[in-house]
Amino acid sequence: MASFWTFVWPLILIVAAIVAIIVPVLIGVAYLTYAERKVMSAMQRRQGPALVGPLGLLQPVADGLKLFGKEMVIPSGANPGVFLFAPFLTFVLSLIAWAVMPFGAHLVLSNINVGILYLYAISSLGVYGTIMAGWASNSRYSFLGGLRSAAQMVSYEVSMGLIMVTVLLCVGSFNLSEIVLAQQTVWFAVPLFPMFVIFFISILAETNRAPFDLPEGEAELVGGFFTEYSCMNFALFMLGEYSNMILMSAIAVVLFLGGWLPPLNFEPFAPFVNLVPGPVWFALKIAFVLFFFIWMRAAFPRYRYDQLMRLGWKIFLPFTLLWVIVTASALEIFGWLPKVVP
Amino acid sequence: MAFIDRTARALLLTELVSGMALTFRAMFKQKVTLNYPHEKGPLSPRFRGEHALRRYPNGEERCIACKLCEAVCPAMAITIEAEPRSDGSRRTTRYDIDMTKCIYCGLCQEACPVDAIVEGPNFEYSTETRAELYYNKEKLLANGDRWEARLAANLAADAPYR
Amino acid sequence: MIVESLVFYTFSAILLVSGAMVISARNPVHAVLALVATFFLGAGLFVLLGAEFLAMTLVIVYVGAVAVLFLFVVMMLDISFAELRQGLRRYLPVGGVVGLVLVVELVLVELHWTVLPRVLSKPAAPIPPPDQVSNSHALGHILYTQYFYLFQASGLILLIAMIGAIVLSLRSRAHVRRQSIAEQVGRRTEDAVAVRRVPTGGGV
Repeated sequence: MASFWTFVWPLILIVAAIVAIIVPVLIGVAYLTYAERKVMSAMQRRQGPALVGPLGLLQPVADGLKLFGKEMVIPSGANPGVFLFAPFLTFVLSLIAWAVMPFGAHLVLSNINVGILYLYAISSLGVYGTIMAGWASNSRYSFLGGLRSAAQMVSYEVSMGLIMVTVLLCVGSFNLSEIVLAQQTVWFAVPLFPMFVIFFISILAETNRAPFDLPEGEAELVGGFFTEYSCMNFALFMLGEYSNMILMSAIAVVLFLGGWLPPLNFEPFAPFVNLVPGPVWFALKIAFVLFFFIWMRAAFPRYRYDQLMRLGWKIFLPFTLLWVIVTASALEIFGWLPKVVP
Repeated sequence: MAFIDRTARALLLTELVSGMALTFRAMFKQKVTLNYPHEKGPLSPRFRGEHALRRYPNGEERCIACKLCEAVCPAMAITIEAEPRSDGSRRTTRYDIDMTKCIYCGLCQEACPVDAIVEGPNFEYSTETRAELYYNKEKLLANGDRWEARLAANLAADAPYR
Repeated sequence: MIVESLVFYTFSAILLVSGAMVISARNPVHAVLALVATFFLGAGLFVLLGAEFLAMTLVIVYVGAVAVLFLFVVMMLDISFAELRQGLRRYLPVGGVVGLVLVVELVLVELHWTVLPRVLSKPAAPIPPPDQVSNSHALGHILYTQYFYLFQASGLILLIAMIGAIVLSLRSRAHVRRQSIAEQVGRRTEDAVAVRRVPTGGGV
């Protein structure tokens, strides 16, 4: 009996930890849609959702219920297996990436050595959800949307990878907790500010957000790759898209904004900022980055597709490549290379 | 120098930053939302909404069946039939407006010599069936009775400009 | 231990099934998707072996980039798979021989049959115990010391391949009006508009 419990108990703990991560993420996703509508409406001097519940706070619930109540439509020419698998894949990929995210000093589900590579791998898999959805829908709009978004995601991943390399050069480890701990004196957003800006723009493109939301450019492609989706499949796509936004913001926070470390962590303020626990700072920083996501959407018009590709390949790629070399040289010349303990 | 200036501006993303500053400032400005069913915007006295047939203060209907409105109506939405009453006065026996045809041009109220047919301030009269939009004389007179205070005030407010 | 072997056998079984689907699927897109699954499960097996760096690189490079391009080509081109199938019988002997050679090699490795005993007795670098060094450090160490020239050479080959692809697909066409964004953005009011005082009836 004891052996049974020694086997099952860790399993229960892991499942509990997974639930403790996924539930806040999903609530965050729901309220990110609400925050997006509220912030965008404020920037356009509108009120936004205000009727469902106090201040419209129950609006995400109402939206979810509406989607659950819809009929599931599978187009007759579609490839049902792939068609149903695509939203599922998008959603699952956006959730499993949280497994390696460090929420606090030792608050991480799986503290693997190659955390940042894992995140990069998961985000590079994200393209399959869109491309499969686009192909399986058997519709021209979906197909063009899927192709566009796949090309876009692949393009911007290259410069994202180079930016991660820059950060890794300064840290000397793939482990996310160590990346955060390396920022105790100064967050990487300060010395690597241009990289931070480019990384932010790249994650906008990576998550297909405005001003790079070409795949779903309403004017030309109706709904892009999820034109043919309805009901729960559509809801899964939306959840996946928004939780991807939160995930990408979390990556930006870990890489550049010091993860769970409090801001102003020096003498006169240190006792006060350390009163707030690390995970709260982490969440606040994610919210800060997400605010910028929404702000971008409210401020800028959509890019043209060739301009998008030009920006990715002809501006960001050479610039980040140059910056990797500059950073490496600077670290080498001034002897700032991190001590690598094998 | 101009080149350096231009390059610096491009690299520092000045235009993007100024665009973001504008949207950020807008966040703290007063909202212009009108919570429509609960709040309503002001209406001009000349607003052309739902039609109404008015009465004199003594209860006699104003319309004298001159059929000017029927004649002027560009959408041919008005149908009038008339015959003399027992007291010799000329009154309508039928006064129909097909609200699905009406284009709300206001020519009927311009044509009316006795201010009988008017377009009132009411714009919330959507119905569930088309049949309900074929207004007859009773409906129009009922409208007139319901909105008389507003109609009279609007006519008085607009009178100096006629 | 039981869990590990369970996971191993599950992964391997699905890997074999999807590998078989790659060559047997009727729909080319399904074949590519099965290929993706194969890569992914291969990465899973790497993780089970403790080679997490290789696993992640496999996913990033093969699944995230190469297979996406495959998928692009297969989706965009209207490949009739029936035509491709007609060559199946012709190429079957060659493919069979290659497959047989691979199987024989695997069996040899599994039977601990070292073909050249001195290869194993003289490793390129001293191998530290695996629990003391993470495999990304170990790989980096060996790539940038022992195999530095080979590593650089492979990088050069890839660079040449990339330049080759660009040169092949680059067409310089005359009379093409291109957009110069810097020029458009750099345009100022003073350069484009002039305010003149025009006398009445005088003209400009």
